[in-house]
Amino acid sequence: MNDVVESRVRRIVADVLAIPLEQLPIEVSPHTVVNWDSLNHLNMVLALEQEFGIQFSPEETTDGMDSLDQIIELLKDKVVAKQPAP
Amino acid sequence: MRGTTVSSSDTLRDQIRDAAQAGNWLLVHRGLRSLWEAEAAPATANYIMTYADRLRGRVSLSPCRVAFLRSFTIEPVIPLLRAASLIKGLDLEVQIGGFNTYAQDVLDEKSALYEFSPNVAVLAVQTRDVAPELWDGVDDLSREWAAKIVERVVELYQNLIHAFRRTSRAHLVIHGLDVPQRSSHGYLDDQHFGQEQAIATINDKLRRMAHANTGVYFLDYASLVARHGRINWYDEQKWLTMRMPIAANHLVHMANEWLRFLCPLMGKVGKVLVTDLDNTLWGGVIGEDGMEKIRIGNEYPGSAYRAAQMAMKDLTRRGIILAVCSKNNWADAMEALEKHPGMVLRPKDFAALRINWNDKVHNLREIAKELNVGTDSLVFVDDNPVEREQVRQHLPEVTVVDLPQDPVHYARVLREIPEFERLWLSEEDRERGRYYAAQRERKELEGSAASLEDFLWSLQQEVSIVQVDPHTIQRAAQLTQKTNQFNLTTKRYSEADLQEFARRPGRALLAVRVQDRFGDNGIVGVVLTEDVDGSCDIDTFLLSCRVIGRTVETAILAFLADGCRKRGLEFLEGWYRPTAKNAPCREFYARHGFESVETRGDGVRWRLRLDATAITCPPWIQLTGPA
Repeated sequence: MNDVVESRVRRIVADVLAIPLEQLPIEVSPHTVVNWDSLNHLNMVLALEQEFGIQFSPEETTDGMDSLDQIIELLKDKVVAKQPAP
Repeated sequence: MRGTTVSSSDTLRDQIRDAAQAGNWLLVHRGLRSLWEAEAAPATANYIMTYADRLRGRVSLSPCRVAFLRSFTIEPVIPLLRAASLIKGLDLEVQIGGFNTYAQDVLDEKSALYEFSPNVAVLAVQTRDVAPELWDGVDDLSREWAAKIVERVVELYQNLIHAFRRTSRAHLVIHGLDVPQRSSHGYLDDQHFGQEQAIATINDKLRRMAHANTGVYFLDYASLVARHGRINWYDEQKWLTMRMPIAANHLVHMANEWLRFLCPLMGKVGKVLVTDLDNTLWGGVIGEDGMEKIRIGNEYPGSAYRAAQMAMKDLTRRGIILAVCSKNNWADAMEALEKHPGMVLRPKDFAALRINWNDKVHNLREIAKELNVGTDSLVFVDDNPVEREQVRQHLPEVTVVDLPQDPVHYARVLREIPEFERLWLSEEDRERGRYYAAQRERKELEGSAASLEDFLWSLQQEVSIVQVDPHTIQRAAQLTQKTNQFNLTTKRYSEADLQEFARRPGRALLAVRVQDRFGDNGIVGVVLTEDVDGSCDIDTFLLSCRVIGRTVETAILAFLADGCRKRGLEFLEGWYRPTAKNAPCREFYARHGFESVETRGDGVRWRLRLDATAITCPPWIQLTGPA
């Protein structure tokens, strides 16, 4: 389940940054990837919101999405929180 | 969760990458289309656009420049629009104006907007930006208060439209104003001439302005939002933080809405809807179930198919032609079409019928040939995914519509086909179905005539050539945009372009009307000429496919030559510029005694010495010139 979330996030981030998935560097963040500007940050937020049917809070979009790893962790929490109780 | 799409989309992406490595760009384009149809989302759009540079020049893409004048963040919609356009064969270049600088951009003749020289400009302005007092905090509910705001907003748009028209010949698409989720005064608003009615009044006036100004079109933004639900459409948080009012999952709907305007404006239109019969036009299989058991009529599930037929009938009213392509016994299918009481569509509604056991790819080619259109003008509807896939593979230029599993949704899908959007309608469009029925009769006559000459005599054609006037200019522009086969120079003109053309002295804009014993074909030809230094230059010479092969072109040329002699000119001359489709007129000038005098690129310039060669109107045509 978490692996699926991770692979979907990786692909969306790769797509938005226009980097082939297999060429994503080990650390993906605004500091390591030139394409990760404010517009693409917004594009990433919107793409993830649509893909997972969720919404980020303004704080999450400004402080909680500073690298691909952070985004993956955030998404795992949010997607799990969305699952209905058993 | 859409866990399964990850793997299917992975497979598609692998196929696309392999096709790109093999240099098969048509396959890449098709793969991207499948990917887009499977997941039209922001990330996919970015992925698709990484192929744009490599597709350019390798598959058929028409360039299109679009300028956005806006009051809100539209940037995230643009990749979606560009990807969706690329799939439809439009290669977009986009310019985005500054936030809320749209008025300056339009009013300043030297602005970046005009320098960009767009094909299409979109004025995307929200109510809360152009008339904030109508969006929230409405402080007065008096009629006078509302009228004042309406007047101010309408005047602004009026000025913008006029300034734009003065400076640019581009198409202008204007967003109507949107409506708040709740009125400032709650339901009290509805009991007065209040907020909602003021917005509705402005939209009504915008529609009228669009109608009154050539090349200006109204995009009903409030309806778009309403279709998806106001509560869902807006994302208040993104608006407050980033001036981005539209929720993530509706960005694609905004993009598609713009594309619905770009398709007809850039000539990406379907002309013919080719439909299957069993389980598409009716429920069940006529060859097995028979007349009694097929489902079509007012009772469910027949009512779902009846609604689909209604939707098709509506398409004919915009000038779309219907045709049947079905694997069936002719007699079984025709009996149902002719006699079943529940049917909306009858044989006379179809311009071509291919009911046989041949494969559909073959039949679609035949239908295109019979109707004298390219296969890229066909839109194919079939409930069977195998047939659809076969057509996609062998005729990638045909638009294939994926019908949903449940026939209840057929009608909606048929009404949503972007290739069938039209932004204007000529007399011809409305009458087209009838023309094609008459054309079938002409074909039958041709088959029975002893010789071609006998056939031409028996047609009793009357060709009248008239100056293009305000009643015919729309049709003339439409013909320059749509005619591909008999079109010597394939120059595309908008109405505004034609008006501009007419402004210079020595120029003539002529429309050609053809009538015959089966009826009036309407305006089927356009000729633009300019007299320069003792010679008449043919800028444009085109004929609709309806009258190709009936010697009408010779009659027109005879008329032109005659007029030139009367004006004391020495030469009649013009270019032939080859395109992918205009081979039917390649020999036109040569056959009429013109000599080639110049070659530039692919183009050849032909010249006729008027004193040396006579061109006479064929004796079976009765020709009349402008009064």
